[in-house]
Amino acid sequence: MAKHGLITSSIGKKLIVGTAGLFLMMFLLVHLSINLLLLRNDGGEWFNAASHFMGSNIIVKIFEVVLFGVFFIHIIYTLLLTFKNWASRPVKYFMTNKSQTSFFSKYMFHTGVIIFVFLVFHFWHFFFIKLGFVSPPQGIDSENFYAMASILFNNPVYSIVYIIFFVFLGFHLNHSLQSAFQTLGFNHNLYTPFIKSVSMFCAVFISVGFSVIPVFYLITDK
Amino acid sequence: MDFTLKIWRQLDAGSKGKFETYQVTNVSPDSSFFEMLDTLNQQIIDQGEMPVSFDHDCREGICGTCSLFVNGRPHGPDTGITTCQLHMRRFKDGETIVIEPWRAKAFPIVRDLVVDRSAFDKIIQAGGYISVNTGCSPDANAIPIPKRAADLSMDAAACIGCGACVASCKNASAMLFVGAKVAHLGLLPQGKAEASRRVQQMVAEMDSLGFGNCTNMYACEAECPKEINVSTIALMNRGFFMAKIFCEKEEL
Ligand code: HEM
Ligand code: FES
Repeated sequence: MAKHGLITSSIGKKLIVGTAGLFLMMFLLVHLSINLLLLRNDGGEWFNAASHFMGSNIIVKIFEVVLFGVFFIHIIYTLLLTFKNWASRPVKYFMTNKSQTSFFSKYMFHTGVIIFVFLVFHFWHFFFIKLGFVSPPQGIDSENFYAMASILFNNPVYSIVYIIFFVFLGFHLNHSLQSAFQTLGFNHNLYTPFIKSVSMFCAVFISVGFSVIPVFYLITDK
Repeated sequence: MDFTLKIWRQLDAGSKGKFETYQVTNVSPDSSFFEMLDTLNQQIIDQGEMPVSFDHDCREGICGTCSLFVNGRPHGPDTGITTCQLHMRRFKDGETIVIEPWRAKAFPIVRDLVVDRSAFDKIIQAGGYISVNTGCSPDANAIPIPKRAADLSMDAAACIGCGACVASCKNASAMLFVGAKVAHLGLLPQGKAEASRRVQQMVAEMDSLGFGNCTNMYACEAECPKEINVSTIALMNRGFFMAKIFCEKEEL
């Protein structure tokens, strides 16, 4: 029989996507807790201090590399799985499938691509400035992320796109968190319904948590 | 009752198929879906043409031979039954019914609505068995088996291998089928001894046959005529990577 190792197998690839996805969830929580500092009325003191810490601490720097690796792995393996899935039904049905399914599971790839596009913009606006690839807005220090965030969030178009993006991220998370447990082999008649609720809660928490910030900028004149 | 049928016709795997439209009239609401198709085929034969090929055998929901993607759902609009258990009263008089074959790379079309599901047989041949003769029924308590394990194994054993899971899955994944077989055999003491070999061999075979990957959307569970639970997939996943990570390497 042809060689069939863990990471070349279908289940192994799913395992990798799921574990990477759960790791990315931790990143979102850390990122959210820092972003919420923007709401403090301190002229960005805490937020900039946190950004500075994240940009200079050696452990965080190592984690940054790990994080990029994990993103990369999540995306590459997702593509491998998705292309195989597309190839598995070369001739489509004439009638659209009416089977009862979890709705968001059908659009994981689409929501994933939206996340990816947003990430590119996001890098442009912040991360590349830090690295010096992109110059900061006129008259703003390349370390002053608070000021950069203020400029962006005071633009209603940006804020609305930002909120819409987080709705899609919420869709991705709502299915994916509980799904990752199934992928990792955990399906339990007592705990799975609970995991599904927690997954939904986390998705809403992340979406609302991030969206509160542009809403705050829109309704106050900060 | 009268119906308009849109049926996929295709001479063989190599030729290009298309939908043909037929009318059937005076169908009894109590006739089965296949009796309705038999009536249609008689009409077609009387006109000197080639009848519609479709798979069926027991016509009582136990053999797993019948298939058909009816109006966008494998085995038609009802849940928990096979196409042979479907009745015409389930449709509205005058309704147009669209009938397609299972669509999956691993299930090539043989003719019309008949697809070749021998991919499932190959998966079974790869590991869906117990190598030794387990003998006749032992004394009731000679081998202690937890009630829950016996129940889950029995539920999984209900799989008739019809392929509705593959047909309904957006990714044409066979993981519910393989999960069911892995659970059915692996949960009982007689099957446990080979469980880690079995899951590796069956998954390897499944991967080589062109089925897609599960994305946990659970259309399979919703459409399975035997209502096999997706927890069998989790059990297979768990068994698979535990075997890959912790079992010593051996020639499979
Ligand atoms: C912050 C970002 C992200 C997080 C937290 C995240 C999280 C997850 C998690 C936990 C899963 C579940 C895997 C499973 O069912 O076992 C998943 C699946 C998936 N992710 Fe992401 N993801 C993120 C970004 C992305 C991006 C950028 C893409 C781009 C293509 C993507 C595409 C997908 C796809 C297609 C799946 C379904 C894979 C499958 O079930 O086969 N995700 N994601
Ligand atoms: S013909 Fe046997 S299950 Fe339908």
